[in-house]
Amino acid sequence: MSAGTDTPATGGGTYAPRPGAAPLPRMIAAQAALETRMLLRNGEQLLLTVVIPTLLLVLFSAVDIVDTGEGKAVDFLAPGILALAVMSTAFTGQAIATGFERRYGVLKRLAVSPLPRWGLMTAKTLSVLVTEVLQVLLVTVIALALGWSPHGNPLAVLLLLVLGTAAFSGLGLLMAGTLKAEATLAAANLVFLLLLVGGGVVVPLDEFPQAAQDVLGLLPISALSGGLRDVLQHGAGMPWGDLAILAVWAVAGLAAAGKLFRWE
Amino acid sequence: MRNDPVVQVCGLVKRYGGKTAVDGLDLVARAGITAVLGPNGAGKTTTVESCEGYCRPDSGTVRVLGLDPVREAAALRPRIGVMLQSGGVYSGARADEMLRHVARLHAHPLDVAALTERLGLGSCGRTPYRRLSGGQQQRLALAMAVVGRPELVFLDEPTAGLDPQARRATWDLVRDLRADGVSVILTTHHMDEAEQLADDVAIIDAGKVVAQGSPEELCRGGAENTLRFSGRPGLDVTSLLKALPADSTAAELTPGSYRVGGKIDPQLLATVTTWCAQHGVMPEKISVERHTLEDVFLELTGKELRG
Ligand SMILES: Nc1ncnc2c1ncn2[C@@H]1O[C@H](COP(=O)(O)OP(=O)(O)OP(=O)(O)O)[C@@H](O)[C@H]1O
Ligand SMILES: [Mg+2]
Repeated sequence: MSAGTDTPATGGGTYAPRPGAAPLPRMIAAQAALETRMLLRNGEQLLLTVVIPTLLLVLFSAVDIVDTGEGKAVDFLAPGILALAVMSTAFTGQAIATGFERRYGVLKRLAVSPLPRWGLMTAKTLSVLVTEVLQVLLVTVIALALGWSPHGNPLAVLLLLVLGTAAFSGLGLLMAGTLKAEATLAAANLVFLLLLVGGGVVVPLDEFPQAAQDVLGLLPISALSGGLRDVLQHGAGMPWGDLAILAVWAVAGLAAAGKLFRWE
Repeated sequence: MRNDPVVQVCGLVKRYGGKTAVDGLDLVARAGITAVLGPNGAGKTTTVESCEGYCRPDSGTVRVLGLDPVREAAALRPRIGVMLQSGGVYSGARADEMLRHVARLHAHPLDVAALTERLGLGSCGRTPYRRLSGGQQQRLALAMAVVGRPELVFLDEPTAGLDPQARRATWDLVRDLRADGVSVILTTHHMDEAEQLADDVAIIDAGKVVAQGSPEELCRGGAENTLRFSGRPGLDVTSLLKALPADSTAAELTPGSYRVGGKIDPQLLATVTTWCAQHGVMPEKISVERHTLEDVFLELTGKELRG
């Protein structure tokens, strides 16, 4: 491993060679910080990850557009919006950003830097997690202000969020690493929209015909929103079924991405 | 030690689908500046990127600083600096932000502020990469290649699209790198760039090295020089040729523009002007030119360097 390797300075000139990789944790932290800054600076990304989830939460809590069942609308909506936040960052945002990084040779250039590829992927994951923490805080504060009363086991919630992130990251990176950047942009937005409607985010799955429900229930977004709702709205224990669905998506997506991802 | 090759390419073959981009290429680069010269599509980028570890050769071997750039990539990467032919920067990143980032990936980076200043990137301010001018983007990519204090840098067309002043600034930096003991491999279409900068030039065409040597060696290959002059169109070139030594050539290139080839010495020059005087011709813009790398290239490949 070359991380942290050190060579003594030779000669006195400004450019005299003195090669060496920075320590791995420093490289990964720097990479994660840069990726997070790029994301927070990008208007379209913010629309996707902050504005749309917040708007949907406020709008659907205030106006009775869809039948959210018994109880306060916000108790139904908040878990769905949390699931949406995870999807918007781990899947849509990551796919689009990575697709364009690939297109503009950023991944190619970083591939010859001292940062190993797995280090870059770790940094990307860290950046997604940091963004999600900010999103969860924002959604929670707004939901609480709207009268949300969450229940359940925080550990179950955490587990759902982590597995959901893994599942969506795998799918997002698979898309970014195989399609052209423009195709990724279009497809990631389309999938976001479709899953927003058909994944139990704001529209309950039981509004759909039974046959459709059976299929939609297997989507990662439905497993995430359903699982979060079981725990946070109904105080259920570990939602094993939903966790299993997410785990399968995560393993399949990450494995496929690992195998098919092209860096150029 | 100093004379060990920094890059050693043996019989490199690289195909894309049915197309052979590099076709049994041999190249040895030693410490100093090596220019890889060739027309569009010659295989320069493919060759350089094979050295950077981007692709596994279809056959042949590549050694960079004694390492296999694919299998020993982790050991090699911190020791080299890379400027890609294009791109490589987040579209939303600012110049100094990106440079600072690359610096952070290295143990002993250069002073970012000084480098930014030197390459005239200080004026980029808060402008994101995608809105920088082409020249600013080029200079940022160059800065990123050197900021980690590598032993060897690969520059793929470092001066493409630069104005003369920026081009000179790039040349100065490349010379300073060399003076401080950094080896440089650069690709270019510009003959003058290779002649000015390089200790060693490799001319490649259709995926092969067709000539390699110092600029002087390559030019000496064809000892012939050229004399050019202008006069009224339609002079009797055959009569001129009769007056010249046996192995000379003479031709009217375009109406009124004449070229004499051969061993151009003071005697020959006198012969030409005497002939002009006898024929009532005032030779204008008379010039004697050394054989240039451009001529060598043309002879070897039958192609103009810049299309
Ligand atoms: N990824 C690729 N897929 C298919 N063909 C390729 C690929 N990369 C290069 N080629 C082909 O290989 C040949 C050599 O390309 P290369 O980029 O190495 O040339 P070059 O000398 O760098 O040219 P230029 O001066 O235009 O940059 C070209 O004919 C090019 O079309
Ligand atoms: Mg090229």
